[in-house]
Amino acid sequence: MTIFGYRIPMMASLLVWCVAWEIVGRLDLMIMVPPFSEVLRAAVDLVQTPSWQSATVTTLRAFAIGMALSIVVGVPLGILMGRIKLADELLGMWVSIFSSAPLSALVPVLMILFGFGEKTIIAAVFLFAIWIIVLDTRAGVRHISPSLIEMAKSYGATKRALYVKIILWAALPEILAGIRLGLIRGVKGVVIGQLLVAIVGYGALFETFSRNFRMAEFWALTIILFAFALLISELIERLEAKVEFYAGAR
Amino acid sequence: MRNATLRKGPTLMPEPVDAIVEVRGVSKSYGNVEALRGIDLDFPRGKLTSLLGPSGCGKTTLLKIIAGLVNADAGTISVNGRTVSKPGPERAFVFQDFALLPWATVLRNVAFGLELRGKAAAEREKIARHYIGEVGLAGFEDKYPHELSGGMRQRVGLARALSVDADVLLLDEPFSAVDEQNRRKFQEDLIRLRTTQNKTFIFVTHSIEEAVYISDRIVLLSPRPGRISQIIEPEIDRSVDPDRIHRDKHYLDTVEEIWQGLKQYVD
Amino acid sequence: MAGVGTEGGAISLAPSTGRSDAGRWQDNPTLLRVLSVVLFAGIWQIAGMIPVSFAFPTFVDTFTAFLGMIADGSLPKAYLSTLQPLILGVVLSTFLGVGVGTLCGLWRTGEWLFIPIFIVLQAAPVAAFIPMVTFIYGIGMTAKTLAVMILALPVIVLNTYKAVRNVNVSLIAMCQSFLGTRWQVVSRIILPDASPVIFAGLRLGVAAGFVGVVLAELLITPTGIGDLITFHRSRANYAAMYATIASIIALSTLTLVALEWVETRMFRPEKRGA
Repeated sequence: MTIFGYRIPMMASLLVWCVAWEIVGRLDLMIMVPPFSEVLRAAVDLVQTPSWQSATVTTLRAFAIGMALSIVVGVPLGILMGRIKLADELLGMWVSIFSSAPLSALVPVLMILFGFGEKTIIAAVFLFAIWIIVLDTRAGVRHISPSLIEMAKSYGATKRALYVKIILWAALPEILAGIRLGLIRGVKGVVIGQLLVAIVGYGALFETFSRNFRMAEFWALTIILFAFALLISELIERLEAKVEFYAGAR
Repeated sequence: MRNATLRKGPTLMPEPVDAIVEVRGVSKSYGNVEALRGIDLDFPRGKLTSLLGPSGCGKTTLLKIIAGLVNADAGTISVNGRTVSKPGPERAFVFQDFALLPWATVLRNVAFGLELRGKAAAEREKIARHYIGEVGLAGFEDKYPHELSGGMRQRVGLARALSVDADVLLLDEPFSAVDEQNRRKFQEDLIRLRTTQNKTFIFVTHSIEEAVYISDRIVLLSPRPGRISQIIEPEIDRSVDPDRIHRDKHYLDTVEEIWQGLKQYVD
Repeated sequence: MAGVGTEGGAISLAPSTGRSDAGRWQDNPTLLRVLSVVLFAGIWQIAGMIPVSFAFPTFVDTFTAFLGMIADGSLPKAYLSTLQPLILGVVLSTFLGVGVGTLCGLWRTGEWLFIPIFIVLQAAPVAAFIPMVTFIYGIGMTAKTLAVMILALPVIVLNTYKAVRNVNVSLIAMCQSFLGTRWQVVSRIILPDASPVIFAGLRLGVAAGFVGVVLAELLITPTGIGDLITFHRSRANYAAMYATIASIIALSTLTLVALEWVETRMFRPEKRGA
C-alpha cells in the first residue's frame, strides 16, 4: 500500500491494530482485553520471572528434540518414498492421512504411552511436524530432473554419492520448505501438547494465568509465543531464499 | 507488379485511401525504458498489416495500446474516425498464450465474447458453431482446451475473435506457441480466411518469413526506443498454391532484404 | 516423472524380463491400497499382542470396541454433539473466509489492513486461545464453534487471497478486451480461475476445524468425542479410547476425500472426463 507516494510495508498495519487494541483496552469494554501497553509491561515483567525462564527452557528443549527427531526420520523417509515406488504406494496413503488428520486427538494416547511429562511433548512435536517434512521431501525428490541423475550415473557415481551429492542437494529447496512448515506445525504441537498435559512449561503458565484472571500476563505469554513462531518461520524463509538463489537455475 | 514497394521512413508514406485505425504520436515508457516514441501509423481497411521487429521494439505494446489494454503516455488512437482509449466492440484480440478458459468447453470459449455482451444462449451458440466450423474445428465443440493441441487452441482463440464480428482483428504473435507444422497450416488457413471474412487484420510477429508470407503491408519497428524504421508492401500473389509462395523468388528476396535491415538490431 | 520413481531404486534392479510378472501386483493401485491397510492393521495387531505398552490394545480389540460403541449408541451420540459446532463453524468460516479473502485480493487497502493479521494467526499456535474462548463463552455450542473458526478461518482467508492475487492476468486482459465489466471479470474469470486454490484452502480449513473441535472438547467442554476419549481413558478402557480416536481421524480423512470428489464433480468440468 502507498500513501502520498511512500510505500508502506504490509506488516506495518499490525501497528494500527496495536493502537486499536490499546484504545479498546483503555475504554474498559471487556475484562479479557487489557490495554496493549499493560500487556507489554506484563511481558517485560514476565520474562524476568524464574517460572517463565524455566518454562521456556522446558518448552524449547522439547521443541528442539522433537523437531530434530522429525527431521532425522522424515527426510530419509521422504527420499525413500520419492525414489522407491513400492514404499511410496504402501506409505503414501498413511502419510497424507496423518498430515491432515486432527492429531490433537492423538495427544491423549501419547499421554498414556509416555506419561505426563516432557516425553509426551516431544512425541507431540514429532507427530505434528514429521508428515509435512516427509511429503515435501518426497515431492522434491520426485521433481529432480531425470537427466541430472543420468548424468551422475554416466560419470560413474556410486549409490552413496548419488544420494549424498545429487539427490539430497537437488531436493534441498523442497526439503527446507517442508522443514519450515514442519517447524510451524511443531510449534502448534508443543503448545497443544502442553495445553493438554497442562502441568508442563507454557501449558502450566497458561493454565495459571487464565484460572486467576491474570489477563495481561496471559496476553503477554501469547504474544511471546506468536513472536517466537513468526521468528522461526522468518529465519527459515531467509535460509530458503539463499538456497533458492543457488537452485534458481533449475 | 513483381517489385516490392520499399519506402524509407514513415514521412515518405502517402496517405492511404481509407485508414480504419489511425495512430498519432503514440509514446509509451515503462519506468526508464522507452518502449515507443512518437509513432504515427495508418492501417488501411481490409488489409493485413504486420508489425515486425526484434524483441523489445514495442510491437506488442503498440498492439495492446490499439486494443485499449494498455494506456499510451501520449498520442491518440482512432478507429473508424473516433478516438478510443478502452477496448471496444469494433476491435477483437487474439492472445499469444490463447487466454482460453480452462474450465469451459470450446463452444463456451468461442461464445464467451458474446456471453459478456449479454446475448441469449441459443443465439450465441449458433454464431459460435458457425465460426468453429470456419476455423476447422467442427466436431470439437464439447472438448476442453487441455484436450486440444496448441494449434487447435489458437483456432479457438481466433474463432472467439471472429464471432464478436469486430471490424479489426488484433493478433499478438498468435502462432508463437504453436509447433512448426501446425503453424504452416494455420498460416495457409489465415490467408484463406482473409478472403472470406471482410476484416482488417493487425498482426504482431517476430518471424520475417511469416510476415512476408501473409501480409499486405509490413511495418518494421526498430528497438530502444521503439520507432518505425521501414514500411514494406510485398506484392505477392496469394491466389496460387500456398506451397509455391515459399519458393517464389520475390518472396525470398523480400525476406532477405528485411533480414539485412534488421540484422543490426540483433545482439 | 514416473521414470524417476522406478529408476535406480530396488525395483529397477530386477531384470526387465522378470518385471512384467513381478510388476503386475506392484502396478495395481487398488491392490496396493488394500495391502497398505492390511499391513497397517497387521503391525498394529502385532504391536498390541507383544504388547508394546499396557495401554496399547490390539487392532482386533479396538475394532470390537468400535462396533460395541456403535451398538450401545455412545459413539453416534458423541458425534451428534461434535459435528454440530464443527459443521456450523466450517460453514461460517467458508463464507467469511472466502469473502474476506476475495476482498483483500481485490482491494489494496483491505489487503494492507487485514492480511498481516491472518498471516500471524496462521503461523502462530492459535490453539492457545481455545481455553480463553471457553472461558468467555462457557462450555456450549458457541465456544466450540468459535474454536473451529479461529483455527479454520486464517487458512481459508489466506488461500483465497493468494488465489485471487495470482489469477492469470492474460485471462483478465481477454475478458476486458471482449468488453467484460468489472463484475464480469470477478465473477467469470477471477473466481473460477482461483477456485482450485480456494478449494485447497477449504480442505485445509476443514482439517483445522476438526483439530479445533477435538481440542475444545478435550480441553474444557465435557461433551462429544473429546469427552468420550477422556472418559474411556479415565476408566483405563483403552480399546474404546483408541477406537474413538481412530474413528475421528477416519471421519476427517473421509470428509476431505469427499470434498475433493465434490469439487471435481461440481466445479471442475474439464477434469471429469479425463
